Amino acid sequence: MNQRIGHIARNTFREAVRDRVLYNLIAFALLLSGAAILIGQISIDVERLVVVNLGLTAISLFGVVIAIFIGIGLVSKEIEKRTLYTVLSRPVRRWEFIVGKFFGLAGTLVVNTFFMAIGVFGALLYVAHKFSAADAQILVALYFIVLEFLIICSLSLLFSSFSSPLLSAVFAFSLFVIGSFADDLRGFAGMAHGFTRWIATGAAYLVPNFSALNVITSVAHQQSLSMRLVMQNTLYAVFYTVMALSGAVLIFERRNLK
Amino acid sequence: MAAIEILGLEKSYMVGFWRKRPKRALQPLHLTVEDGEIFGFLGPNGAGKTTTLKMLMGLVFPTAGSARILGREWTDPEVKAQIGFLPEQPYFYDYLTAHELLDYYGQLSGVPAKDRKRRIDEVLTRVGLTDVKGLQLRKFSKGMLQRAGIAQAILHDPKLVFFDEPMSGLDPLGRREVRDLMEQLKQEGKTVFFSTHILSDAEALCDRVAIIHKGELRGVGAIEELTSSVQGKVEVIWQGMQVPASMKALGAECHVTGDRVRAVIAENQQDAAIDALRRERIRLIAITPLRTSLEAYFVEKLQAPAAAGKTAGVNG
Repeated sequence: MNQRIGHIARNTFREAVRDRVLYNLIAFALLLSGAAILIGQISIDVERLVVVNLGLTAISLFGVVIAIFIGIGLVSKEIEKRTLYTVLSRPVRRWEFIVGKFFGLAGTLVVNTFFMAIGVFGALLYVAHKFSAADAQILVALYFIVLEFLIICSLSLLFSSFSSPLLSAVFAFSLFVIGSFADDLRGFAGMAHGFTRWIATGAAYLVPNFSALNVITSVAHQQSLSMRLVMQNTLYAVFYTVMALSGAVLIFERRNLK
Repeated sequence: MAAIEILGLEKSYMVGFWRKRPKRALQPLHLTVEDGEIFGFLGPNGAGKTTTLKMLMGLVFPTAGSARILGREWTDPEVKAQIGFLPEQPYFYDYLTAHELLDYYGQLSGVPAKDRKRRIDEVLTRVGLTDVKGLQLRKFSKGMLQRAGIAQAILHDPKLVFFDEPMSGLDPLGRREVRDLMEQLKQEGKTVFFSTHILSDAEALCDRVAIIHKGELRGVGAIEELTSSVQGKVEVIWQGMQVPASMKALGAECHVTGDRVRAVIAENQQDAAIDALRRERIRLIAITPLRTSLEAYFVEKLQAPAAAGKTAGVNG
């Protein structure tokens, strides 16, 4: 990797790690995993299902909140506080800055997911007393959650490159909600006719398909996931992330820093 | 080779909500800064100084024009490895310590790891922040932040340094230290381009200055040229409280202050004045050409109509 991108990514990671708000969110997510143990204990015969469902949902939701919360400020905060001036007056290209910021945030989320996943596996061991072969599928669900974070990070950066933090948060969260129902939107497009069909189909394929990345229920029910799905989701997430990042770079390359 | 050649850089912003119209922040600017000089970019607040600096740093895109820095196109990323920049009222990553901040900037500037620690220690000593190098910047005062800003600007040993209002937020001692630092940079062969609206700083430091007002260049020149004896008069100072009749006869405007008399006479009457004082056995203290102060020149340029100001004194 380009060294400057690595330096910017490391600094972004350091900023996130030193941000106290992040710890509040992580503590809250771990608390929710703890609650999963309690709920699991009073759920006769479905302890595992409840722990996996609640634990992975907590990781996903809090990760998305962290991705949006930090992602929307990555560029706009640097412009507002003028910290960007002393970075871009060095031999740093604007695209390197955006890509470095993305990797820094993505790295933060991967590390967070790792620690929260330890919490979920701990809770699972506590209620089930042992791991089964089907639990390996949880790793696939976690991988999809990370892919989801990459898309959210890139979208937050895209919005952050031209909009205020508040509007960026609204855009990113709206897209997350719509994207979580992307399958339903595609179903609606299939039933619609004429112009509405065109619009609905366009919208269904434009918004990120987070419903395809959400396999928490399947994993909780110990259903196996195909390698084909893993490949498809990986390619989709990489493609979407690259597109959103390219948009962010294109906008940021032309932006005057007043 | 000129350190900076600004070739007609101009900037307009679109203003208005419904019907956007261009508003010129900077008229086409032509300016040359020579290698190794301290160049002052003077103007009142809102004159266009920061806009010019931001364009040279690639932070704002010009509407038209171009520039060359250290002999290369100003957009060339390699140029940026050889320049340092202190923005106005700098704000840095406040979760970092001074040492971490400089280490990060050193990495971005391409300072090799083996030299970085030594360079950081050197510049921290130079700006007087060694004792607080482990303190997070969120605990820094405004003056300390300004010093950290200066440190990051010179960390990578640049050939050309841009300072935007470098004395801002500093106490008198801090201002003196920054002035000394800028003079040291000049002695090391570096070019210093700094913007300010504090004329005494410019007068004390600069080889040449440019005056900008309302986005328009009003004058450029060496301090000695701009403050030259344009009136053709000299100031004569002698000891005593009396004004000899022979001095009055020369048409001298005399003012008595304490035990000294200060008289202003025409330059061609200088010898006659010396003879008159000798005849009266009065002790002469000084004869100096009467100079226009930089402040007077500055005010004159700001008050002059735009077109008139542009032509007078522009030689950069």
